[in-house]
Amino acid sequence: MQQIVRASDPLERVRALQAVNDFVVKFANVNGSGSASANGMFAKSILRMGVPVAARNIFPSNIQGLPTWYEVRISEAGHLGRRGGVDLMVAMNPQTWRRDLAEIEPGGYLFYDSTKPLPHEGMRDDINVLGVPLTALCNAAYTDPRQRQLFKNIIYVGALGALLGIDPAVNEALIGEQFQGKDRLIRPNLEALAMGREAAASLVDSIGLTVKRADAVGNRIYIEGNSAAGLGAVYGGATVCAWYPITPSTSLAEAFTEYCHEFRRDPETGDARYAIIQAEDEIASIGIVVGAGWNGSRAFTCTSGPGISLMQEFVGLSYFAEIPAVIFDVQRGGPSTGMPTRTQQSDILAAAYASHGDTKHVLLFPEDPAECFEMGAQAFDLADRLQTTVFVMLDLDIGMNEWLCRPLVWDDNRRLDRGKIMTRDALENGEPFGRYRDVDGDGIAYRTLPGVHPSRGGYFTRGTSRDPDARYSEEGPVYVANMERLLAKFETAKSLVPTPVARPAKRRTPHGVIYFGSTTPAMHEALEALEAAGVHVDALRVRAFPFCDGVLDFIAAHETVFVVEQNRDGQLRTLIMNEGGVDPAKLVAVLNYDGAPITARFITAEISRAMRGRADAAVQEAAQ
Amino acid sequence: MTYIAKPRLHHPLLRANGLGFTRRDYEGKVSTLCAGCGHDSISAAIIQACYDLELQPHRLAKMSGIGCSSKTPDYFVGASHGFNSVHGRMPSVLTGAYLANRDLIYLGVSGDGDSASIGLGQFCHSIRRGVNMTYIVENNGVYGLTKGQFSATSDKGSKSKKGVVNTDEAIDLVGMALQLGATFVARSFSGDKGQLVPLIQAALTHQGAAFIDVISPCVQFNNHAGSTKSFDYVREHNAAVNRLDVILGREEITLDQEPGTVELVTQHDGSVLKLSKLPNDYDPTDRLAAIMRVHTHQSRGEVLTGLIYVDPDAEELHHNLGTVRTPLNALDDAQLVPGAAALERLNATLR
Repeated sequence: MQQIVRASDPLERVRALQAVNDFVVKFANVNGSGSASANGMFAKSILRMGVPVAARNIFPSNIQGLPTWYEVRISEAGHLGRRGGVDLMVAMNPQTWRRDLAEIEPGGYLFYDSTKPLPHEGMRDDINVLGVPLTALCNAAYTDPRQRQLFKNIIYVGALGALLGIDPAVNEALIGEQFQGKDRLIRPNLEALAMGREAAASLVDSIGLTVKRADAVGNRIYIEGNSAAGLGAVYGGATVCAWYPITPSTSLAEAFTEYCHEFRRDPETGDARYAIIQAEDEIASIGIVVGAGWNGSRAFTCTSGPGISLMQEFVGLSYFAEIPAVIFDVQRGGPSTGMPTRTQQSDILAAAYASHGDTKHVLLFPEDPAECFEMGAQAFDLADRLQTTVFVMLDLDIGMNEWLCRPLVWDDNRRLDRGKIMTRDALENGEPFGRYRDVDGDGIAYRTLPGVHPSRGGYFTRGTSRDPDARYSEEGPVYVANMERLLAKFETAKSLVPTPVARPAKRRTPHGVIYFGSTTPAMHEALEALEAAGVHVDALRVRAFPFCDGVLDFIAAHETVFVVEQNRDGQLRTLIMNEGGVDPAKLVAVLNYDGAPITARFITAEISRAMRGRADAAVQEAAQ
Repeated sequence: MTYIAKPRLHHPLLRANGLGFTRRDYEGKVSTLCAGCGHDSISAAIIQACYDLELQPHRLAKMSGIGCSSKTPDYFVGASHGFNSVHGRMPSVLTGAYLANRDLIYLGVSGDGDSASIGLGQFCHSIRRGVNMTYIVENNGVYGLTKGQFSATSDKGSKSKKGVVNTDEAIDLVGMALQLGATFVARSFSGDKGQLVPLIQAALTHQGAAFIDVISPCVQFNNHAGSTKSFDYVREHNAAVNRLDVILGREEITLDQEPGTVELVTQHDGSVLKLSKLPNDYDPTDRLAAIMRVHTHQSRGEVLTGLIYVDPDAEELHHNLGTVRTPLNALDDAQLVPGAAALERLNATLR
């Protein structure tokens, strides 16, 4: 619901954007200034007004002093991806003043600290300016410099609340929740909030952006993907976690630690039903996971690209010696140290084919925190069932931002699938055991756990070639038979992994689009925009590798398939071509990899452009 | 590695231990190491120690990395599970296995390349974490499988078989283990089974990070004049601090030596280490003195052996983590999964 109208005041010759519950607010701050919690409160206050929001932290690899942004998409229609463009810029960082101003939509708004005169630098004549003397207010009210800084943030939250029409009671309730247990902080924060509201009261008529109470949030929850994935690991029965700190995955291990503390203690003794090791590096992390998996505990590590590089050798061991392991890869901008605090989907190939020799691995692609939870739990069943490494491919956008998503659910009748483990009784009853014998044709052999039986079931695990009874062998046919069985096992995986989700166009169309992971909300908005423009595209969200037949059938059923990804090289596209034998000409890459989450506008424009290009080419071809 | 199983022929007079197992029940496959290799003597010592301890073979988990030494777990206690993992990474794999099931006995076998070079970091961190394990380094000062390169434990000034003199300082794993907080540190020599077997027994019963550095000459590549890891050199320069007897809880303790020359150390599991002190002033529970002694002997070109340090009140990783008594791999769904109701409550806090 957005339109541009002329401002009613003839003196203001600037158009003023008018929108209710559908606009983008971006905060430009200096990191380490305490803005994150104030900005978070702003986003949450809109949620509490019943209007869906999607808030994204765009932050530097730094603790204090560098530019940081917080972008809030407000959308009653429920678009939770980035739209592109900014309607209201809260410009609190002089370092980025010029570029922040440049990002504002024509007719949009600049909110700034008017203590000092408005800088001329970068000033535009097609935007509306809203000034509140934040620093002056703080200097008058507080003497302590840190207080001045922190309350300045709360003051602008109060001012924005007044400008946008947010119910003051909502903000006050949030202050109460945030400072629960630190009651003496509540009153000064409420005062700061009121100070901001008062200061902005006279500007209310100068802005056309409004938040109006709605009932569009429903029972959805607001949670970070890393937190949901950590919880998924608890529900998936993980007992061993070994990890090494790395952005953006650290908060996953920390969430697992907190949830374990809450849910995984012996009610009588308080003893831990889990073990968490902050290891010396990523190699030790995955080593601990492999050791625990070999010994029958569900174990995981969480990391990002550089960690994936370091873990390669062990992932190969897990594949070849057939040991369950789960790796959460919260992807960031690569290669090398790359952009450690920016998002990408650029580890797809590194994970799919991790390690030397012929290997391939199961990957899961959650679209939001709800799926981080579900796939986080399911990964352990898959790893145990398939006796191999399973990667859960998050990215920074899902992992470190709070997303509005459906509530997390669990079926109490569900049982953890431990896979094929030969028990003491089976061994005692004389069941034949050979560690790498495929007894039922699915490529998966039975394993025994160390210590299971006094005289039967022992075997020697190794990364070297061996025969079906786990005896060392360098015989060519024995090696080949084993490698073929591993391929058969990967085939079995196709029937176990999450199936793709189809979103058919309203009309029959030769065009398809494939997407995955955090691209989903922007993709859905783009599909709506394309449809409104008369462009129909069937869409398929891929949720796992290996690809089910449905993925290749979808490609076969369309003339052109766009593959939308957040990396430079079209890694999913390459994987599809490689594994499905698909003609590269049929798959059109749509790639955003600048480190900021992909926007609906970008996808819409790229697909429209590509289609125009194809149509032009067809016309030219026909004319020749 | 070998796929040759030993013929199951038993001498009719083989004695069985208290569990009814003979020494043969603690053997593994036929070794494929070179004839005369020190490592095979260590395997034999492990077999003897397990037999004497009356250890249930399947309660032992054998872990190793890559290299000649790391092959050996296939050559002893064949009934137990073994894991020949990744070069230099045995400590992390062992740590994970130990976290999963605290009830098994973990024996890590490694070499000087595996532990002092590629795996030095993991060696350090597994020790400082107090993983309840016996960590044996079969130390020959040379890369055997790749035919004779110096390893990081080769002494400065020692000569390779080809006559090259090593100019790098040696890493002393015993000194490092002491500094890193190992609660049991010993050194021995593959050629001195009388000393080695009780040390392995004591390490296996120790509840904490136990480290044994065993000098194990490589007969192919490091047993020549000019080597400081040859049979001759180690025999000539061996300075033992004590002789050890391990007395299990069920045995009677007898003291047949003069008072003052014997020290008794009782471990958590009730086993008693009876130490006959060779230098009368040696106190194996004094970590600082142990560090001094190791370095003093090293500077004289001597190889200090025996039980160098033991902390009878050792703490280990599960204790420090506060984990439940039940092995983590034996917890059932009800103990692991918080359930739907808990999730509902959590959802309510996320709105």
